[in-house]
Amino acid sequence: MAVPTIVRERTPQLVVLAVILALNGIISPGFFSIEIQNDRLYGSLIDVLNRGAPVTLLAIGMTLVIATKGIDLSVGAVMAIVGAVAASLITSGYSLPATLAGSLFVGLACGVWNGALVALLDIQPIIATLILMVAGRGIAQLITEGVILTFNDKPELIFVGSGSFLNLPMPVIIWIIVAILAILVVRRSALGLLIEAIGVNRRASTLSGVNSRVILLAVYAASGLCSAIAGVIAAADIKGADANNAGLWLEMDAILAVVIGGTSLLGGRFSLVGSLMGAMIIQSLNTGILLAGFPPEFNLIIKAAIILIILIVQSPASQAAMANFRANRQTVAVKTESREHAAR
Amino acid sequence: MKNSKYLPLLATFVVFVLAYIICVSVFPNMLSTRVAGNLLTDNAFLGITAVGMTFVILSGGIDLSVGSVIAFTGVFLSVILRDTSIHPLVAFAMVLVLTTAFGAAMGGVIFFLEMPPFIVTLAGMFLARGISYLLTTDSVPINHPFYSTLQDIYFLMPGGGRLTLIAIIMLVVFAVGIVIAQRTRFGTYVYALGGNLTSAQLMGVPVAKTTIGIYALSGFLAGLSGIVFSLYTSAGYSLAAVGVELDAIAAVVIGGTLLTGGYGFVAGTFLGICIQGLIQTYIVFDGTLSSWWTKIVIGLLLFGFIALQRGLMWMSERSARNMRHASAAQPSSA
Repeated sequence: MAVPTIVRERTPQLVVLAVILALNGIISPGFFSIEIQNDRLYGSLIDVLNRGAPVTLLAIGMTLVIATKGIDLSVGAVMAIVGAVAASLITSGYSLPATLAGSLFVGLACGVWNGALVALLDIQPIIATLILMVAGRGIAQLITEGVILTFNDKPELIFVGSGSFLNLPMPVIIWIIVAILAILVVRRSALGLLIEAIGVNRRASTLSGVNSRVILLAVYAASGLCSAIAGVIAAADIKGADANNAGLWLEMDAILAVVIGGTSLLGGRFSLVGSLMGAMIIQSLNTGILLAGFPPEFNLIIKAAIILIILIVQSPASQAAMANFRANRQTVAVKTESREHAAR
Repeated sequence: MKNSKYLPLLATFVVFVLAYIICVSVFPNMLSTRVAGNLLTDNAFLGITAVGMTFVILSGGIDLSVGSVIAFTGVFLSVILRDTSIHPLVAFAMVLVLTTAFGAAMGGVIFFLEMPPFIVTLAGMFLARGISYLLTTDSVPINHPFYSTLQDIYFLMPGGGRLTLIAIIMLVVFAVGIVIAQRTRFGTYVYALGGNLTSAQLMGVPVAKTTIGIYALSGFLAGLSGIVFSLYTSAGYSLAAVGVELDAIAAVVIGGTLLTGGYGFVAGTFLGICIQGLIQTYIVFDGTLSSWWTKIVIGLLLFGFIALQRGLMWMSERSARNMRHASAAQPSSA
């Protein structure tokens, strides 16, 4: 009874994460060792937390979007745009606060654009965000003028990607803060409930007084903001803005993290904690495959297999079959019980 | 209703003609069969896979796996031709069987597990790309003599333009696609599925067979597109054709097909491919513009066409409501 609800609800994810981490520990014996060098924690576990930062941030925004029965395909492209904006602002002499403010504003604007298409023009989310996904990398290259903008001489921005605070790498601190803020906002207010209501039935929730347009707009704006933070971290990490490769395919990883975390693509109930675990599962897999000496190409096949398993578990058809199976067993149990009664 | 059905196609045609006029007025040389021939050759693989995508989108689905399948086909062909003495034609047949079965399997998962096509084909995209990585991560050249024979086949158009074999294949695929969509039972079923799944089911459309058939067709055409792509590049590379699925979807939407399914034409997709090709050709002719403008302009066109579709739907909804009001008012006045 002492087991908190959150642990009980997320048992499958916790088990998977533990199994993968244990496998990693078997493959490379030093996996769990953590040491402090130069006032910063080092070790494979810290590396998982650190490398997983962009996907984790994207997954936070993506969870909220998917909970409204939507999807945001543009997050990778927004990361590229924001990285380009951050690099060009800092190299043209703006201070760090101004650069960060400018970058986050651009990400927010991208999110509001997506949200406006979905909420105001009633365009299907997958199509609405496809526009920015296609055009986004072009826009990013327009900002960087086709080159990889580097900022090796700007330690203040690089600090965001590779610095450390309280012995923890900055990206880890940032994603933990964003996650806590997001969970507090949606779960300590009615907002989370309203988001789920829209995901289950937008028309019904609109009719019962939920301002679905504003909430949809806010959800996509939040996703844009999360992508912006991820974009700044990714750019600061490589000390430059790469319009072609920043955030490439990360939208797929983010969606996968959300789905692994137990949020259904059909909208409705969502779990931010689950998505965070999903992101960590993906990152531990990536790290494990590298540690095992397999080529990183194995990643894709393993991800495909994971999606397939989740599809089978989540699909309405197999869930109906499961429910049927359980009901049958119960009736059988009842019958045998009554037969025993009759025998007595 | 009849008119609004053709309006997106008409809009695409107007955009195409306008774009061509702008191009020719800036660069008079673009009005030649040479440019037209190159445009068709350069976009042949995209056009072929876009035909499959049109069927998928008409049925209300989406297929994200086509780019990976194209890459897989190229890698498979190059590895087989390098390591064995199998004739390319036999290899073509083998790979087409594989990709068709792959598409059919995705269609089966979509229908029997009742899952969104988006996530199923996403898994297919990872799987196909992963398998081609496993075959080889190098770019493998193809220098089979049969390939050079195929590459040398062309039809000389008046004006010196060359209509290459792969461009001819694309035109044939479009012609066959138009016939399938408009003149066969399967085509009618596809439109019915996209219009309304439940009523299609109630009317007796074999939903399982049609869904599997649609994705099998898309897989087959992606395989054919991969063969054409390997003829075009003379190599197989597992990182090739990244993002082709987006270009194909964009061509379908710019071609006036409704993304919710049910409305659209294969011929429109051909115009969509031509518009994308024109933008690329313009950028090449200009020389100072960078290639990223292609993406931005395509993004703008996508937005324009999606907004147009929304506008049309609003208008038809409003006129339907007005008609209902009018018919409700009539009995009292009569």
